[in-house]
Amino acid sequence: MKILVSIKRVADPDNASKLKVSSDGTAVTSEGLEWKMNPFDDWSLEAALRLTENASEKNARVGEVLLVSIGPNDEHTQRIIREGLAKGAERGILVEADEGNLDAGVVSAILKAIVDKESPDLVVMGKQAADGDSNVAGTKLAEELGWPVINSAMNILTRDDGKTLEVKRELDTGVATVKVTGPAVITTSDRILQPDSVQNGVTPDDHQYAKLEVGGRYASLKGIMQAKKKPIDQMALGDLGVDTAKSLNYTKFALPPARSGETTFVEDVADLVDKLHNTSKVI
Amino acid sequence: MANVLVVAELLEGKARKTTLCAVTAAKQIAEGTGGSFDILSIGEGAGAAAEELAGYGAGKVLKAEIAGGYTCEKYAATVAEAGKGYDVLVACASAYGKDLLPRVAAKLGAGVASDISQVHTDGGKLSYTRPMYAGNMFGTVEILSDKQVVTVRQSEFEPAASSGGASPSEDVAVQTDAAADKVEFLGVEVVKSERPDLGDADVVVSGGRALKSADNFTNVIEPLVDALGAAMGASRAACDAGYVAPELQVGQTGKVVAPKLYIAIGISGAIQHLAGMKGSKTIVAINKDKEAPIAQVADYFLVADLFDTVPALTEAVKKL
Repeated sequence: MKILVSIKRVADPDNASKLKVSSDGTAVTSEGLEWKMNPFDDWSLEAALRLTENASEKNARVGEVLLVSIGPNDEHTQRIIREGLAKGAERGILVEADEGNLDAGVVSAILKAIVDKESPDLVVMGKQAADGDSNVAGTKLAEELGWPVINSAMNILTRDDGKTLEVKRELDTGVATVKVTGPAVITTSDRILQPDSVQNGVTPDDHQYAKLEVGGRYASLKGIMQAKKKPIDQMALGDLGVDTAKSLNYTKFALPPARSGETTFVEDVADLVDKLHNTSKVI
Repeated sequence: MANVLVVAELLEGKARKTTLCAVTAAKQIAEGTGGSFDILSIGEGAGAAAEELAGYGAGKVLKAEIAGGYTCEKYAATVAEAGKGYDVLVACASAYGKDLLPRVAAKLGAGVASDISQVHTDGGKLSYTRPMYAGNMFGTVEILSDKQVVTVRQSEFEPAASSGGASPSEDVAVQTDAAADKVEFLGVEVVKSERPDLGDADVVVSGGRALKSADNFTNVIEPLVDALGAAMGASRAACDAGYVAPELQVGQTGKVVAPKLYIAIGISGAIQHLAGMKGSKTIVAINKDKEAPIAQVADYFLVADLFDTVPALTEAVKKL
């Protein structure tokens, strides 16, 4: 199985409260924040790696994972692709683009051009990027390819020798199960990191992965060494012949209003109930 | 002038309240630009839901009956065809809206402003404000394509009130889509609860990793939830650990809630959790660690062991 995983660099999401707005109000500045792999992409990469390995034989690779990152061609984007290669992906593509010229429509057009060239069996993506929080690019890509999309997948089980996938996806009101015939786009939910989230027909079905608390697997030392030799193809937007006209234009950014008032440390339950009942009048 | 189509969200043949939040946004867009709005009732039971949706002041209610379980591939072509006559398509940014509307947008060549918190119609020109970076930044965005597709954050748009009257209804033809044949809907486990919906409850009580087990949610959190007539929520850690079902997750990747009262119990307050609840009016934290990041947003903080405190709080609430 060949899987394309898109990975985006984002300003450190754990420190997003330190973001600032440029003096003219038209740009977000993330000075002082480290660039990190979008955590949602990291989870998708974990799913893709599980689908393409035999976990009972020291994670022997039995498929191919191709990473695609779109962004400035600099050390930060390259580092993030290397990080994915060190975790186990086979190769990377860096499509050079100024982040200000991208929106979900342009990203999906770029990814479509790469899918057309590479013919993966699956595209596994983060359902959103931790910066824009849009939840759009994966579904747009699927429609442009004429493929089905399964959003917020928590469980992916291959069936019929990998020709179909049985996927559980999270809804607001519960969990739906669908059977999808590939090629397809899948975006993942938080639960894709569960120890039994993936069955690929090679790794024994009862295999339990180690519990992952926050993100996907760590790279091994061997993986980091191997990643240095793995290829990263670099290409410019012009090489792909896609329509790069944006459909969104951000005119202004602002920080959220600060919460009014300070934190009151209450003494005990009686004090808390008194405050909620008599001061805030919410119970 | 922008004419707007609201894409309704049906659950078991009834419109979910999310639909009425989208109606509110549609009214703002229509009124601010001198346009009008219609509603598309689509899915199993669309006819009956259309009757229910006729009382909200729409020009008309379109209906498309599609049997069987929902997949975006099954609905998108019909929504796109119905949407051709409109300038703006609006749905709630629920799991449904976030799944369906981008597919429709791609069919229409439209840009998507997702999860918006505000509509602007200055001088009849539309723009939208939306939270980004887990609610740490608000961007104002214009959609440059001919058609605009918008999903709205449920907690930022009050559900529309019934305005009486009866919008006429009209059948629209169901369109087929080759992509729909690639997805077979096998089933859905809908979680039934007598409690209010997390998305529109006045009070939400959430538990975190410190609860340590599903049993403790049942024995410690649920009595307080029910004493307050609240909805129950949870942190990602508690959902991941399997203490409660994933649809109870509050945060950047779960539900975004803004109740009058939010009680966070044994939740440290990672930035991703704060993204889902910091719009709440009054926030209470119960936590052993007074340095926990939840303190950044808490109005009241009780530094205490939850296993001693929460049962006492439940009893005190019952006596009110």
